[in-house]
Amino acid sequence: MNPIGFVYLAAVLFAIGSAAVLLRRNAIIAFMGVELMLNAANLAFVGFSRIHGTVDGQVMAFFVMVVAAAEVVVGLAIIVAIFRARQSISLDDPSELKG
Amino acid sequence: MLDLTWLLIAVPLASFLVLLLAGKRANAWGHWVGVAASSAAFVMALIAFIQMLGLGSGERSHAVHLFSWISTGELTVDAGLLVDPLSMTFVLLITFVGTLIHIYAVGYMEHDPDRRRFFAYLNLFIAAMLLLVLADSYLLLFVGWEGVGLASYLLIGFWNYRNDYATAANKAFFVNRIGDMGLIIAMGLMFAAFGGVDFATVFSGASSVSTAQLTAIGLTLLLAACGKSAQFPLQSWLGDAMAGPTPVSALIHAATMVTAGVYLIVRSAPVFEGAPNAQLVVAIVGAVTLLFGAIVGMAKDDIKKALAASTMSQIGYMMLAAGLGPIGYAFAIFHLVTHGFFKAGMFLGAGSVMHGMKDQVDMRRFGALRTAMVVTWVTFGFGWLAILGIPPFSGFFSKDKIIEAAFVGDGWQPWVFGLAALIGAGLTAFYMSRLFFMTFHGKARWTDDQHPHESPAIMTVPMIVLAVGSAFLGLILATGDRFVTWLEPVTGHAEHGEPVVSVPVITITTLVLVLVGAGYAWFKYGRADVPLTAPAATLATIAARNDLFQDSVNRAVFERPGTHLTRTLVYADAAIVDGAVNGIGGGSAKTGEALRRLQSGKVRSYALLMLAGMLVVAFFAVMGGK
Repeated sequence: MNPIGFVYLAAVLFAIGSAAVLLRRNAIIAFMGVELMLNAANLAFVGFSRIHGTVDGQVMAFFVMVVAAAEVVVGLAIIVAIFRARQSISLDDPSELKG
Repeated sequence: MLDLTWLLIAVPLASFLVLLLAGKRANAWGHWVGVAASSAAFVMALIAFIQMLGLGSGERSHAVHLFSWISTGELTVDAGLLVDPLSMTFVLLITFVGTLIHIYAVGYMEHDPDRRRFFAYLNLFIAAMLLLVLADSYLLLFVGWEGVGLASYLLIGFWNYRNDYATAANKAFFVNRIGDMGLIIAMGLMFAAFGGVDFATVFSGASSVSTAQLTAIGLTLLLAACGKSAQFPLQSWLGDAMAGPTPVSALIHAATMVTAGVYLIVRSAPVFEGAPNAQLVVAIVGAVTLLFGAIVGMAKDDIKKALAASTMSQIGYMMLAAGLGPIGYAFAIFHLVTHGFFKAGMFLGAGSVMHGMKDQVDMRRFGALRTAMVVTWVTFGFGWLAILGIPPFSGFFSKDKIIEAAFVGDGWQPWVFGLAALIGAGLTAFYMSRLFFMTFHGKARWTDDQHPHESPAIMTVPMIVLAVGSAFLGLILATGDRFVTWLEPVTGHAEHGEPVVSVPVITITTLVLVLVGAGYAWFKYGRADVPLTAPAATLATIAARNDLFQDSVNRAVFERPGTHLTRTLVYADAAIVDGAVNGIGGGSAKTGEALRRLQSGKVRSYALLMLAGMLVVAFFAVMGGK
């Protein structure tokens, strides 16, 4: 099997993930999109690792997983905090940073 | 005692601080602290003086090193005192006359709620003035110079709840500032020429630098002296300075501070010796001022302003003498000392008259006071005879010597300076006699509510002491050239040049002119009735009444162009400098305002922008490699 297929799959997954982040208002769904993008990146790493026959990409994928795990904790905590504050998890509601 | 000279300055300074910091608690006894500090300074000065007399004339110059003051790179300035016959003369004059005036002021200021503050300032003045004359470098002298300026300002504006008095204080301060700039520039020039500003460095190096440099230093020093000593063209402040309480006028604006300019010139003698042109300018300034002051004095009806004009004129004499070179230095200081006595005495007399006449200063409202105030009349009379130069009163010995010295020399100078001094003597006799007769003789012209009475003993005793000094000091000091010999270590030995006119002729002419002036004054103001309001007069008299339009000239030549210049500068500052700064600020604000719209606050639009940015970066990263 040609490992380049993994990279194509990763590109598709990344596109789906970014579309979820950009198009959905629900924070949880957008968050899932972020996770999807991260995993797409992981898949790309592993795929390239396979193509080049080195383990660098695989090592990097482990790092990304660790960071993603930490990011999930922080991200969910933020979403919970926002929900508590305004009884909504719509991404369009908090706009205090509007200039 | 000579090594402890710093105590002379420290004691009045400490008293000043105590009086200022003690506050209202000290109101009851504060003035006695002031008197005690001044008296202590006098006693110490006297001890030092006696010690100095015990030394040979070559050893009388005593340097006291206090501490290393400034030490940066090439500039090292030590704070030190120089005690020599010249500074000792001043120290004795300042502390003695100062103490008498302190005592007088206890009585004069008795009903003033701020008497304690008044004595604090007087003590500050004594300390600063002693520092001025004792300093061994121009920089330390400058500290004292500014100190007396500050004390003068504070005391002129002592009753600053009156607007015109506060303005007078400001005027004195501003005019003095011009002179002070002269001293600062002089110090800069000295540092450039000699690498130091202490007397020893400057005087020993004076022979090795160019005449042009010495002339520049001399002229800037003269500017400083003109400001402090109210000499032409910086004399306009002295008349207004009479706004201060009369003891201040006597001490600061007659006997001591205004003579600091003469001290500066005489002290800087080596500089002026190397710069004959600067010396000539000193003499010219002196001659112009002595006539200027005399002319103004003839027309003033305010007793204190008339005396102020007279002070200006007498200091003109001293300046003239100081500008004549070694022959005149000792006489300048001699006249300064006798003038310190008789003019302070007359100011105290004027204060006594004001005290008895409910602060009236208009001489047209005096008259016939000799019966009401006998002590004041007699003591004032002594001062009057002294300033006229009637032998054997002190003024005769000092002023006559200056007139004689003015006639020495060759070319046009002895004639011009000599005649100016001679005419000045006649004018002096006229205006002082006018003042004396208008005040003490003739018919009483008092207002109805005035009941003149003699002042208390605490005021009359200092007047009597000063009157005795006015009478005999000149004779004592002139006998056997005692004073000239005493100053010789500082001023150098002067060859007695022959005047262009023989001495007896000068003396007799002077006396005749004095008698004519006094006689004319008696004819006009003693025997005849004096009108209550100033009569209409010729243009010359009107000019003299208005200080020869000095204020108008200053206003037209300096103030108006200055105002316009500053207005232009303010406009330029606002339009160009501020404009540039404000433009940058405004531009930044506008840019920010425009960029603000990018911040929508929408999380998803930020995410989109981030993605777009990432794509651009990725695109260039991928394509850039090829």
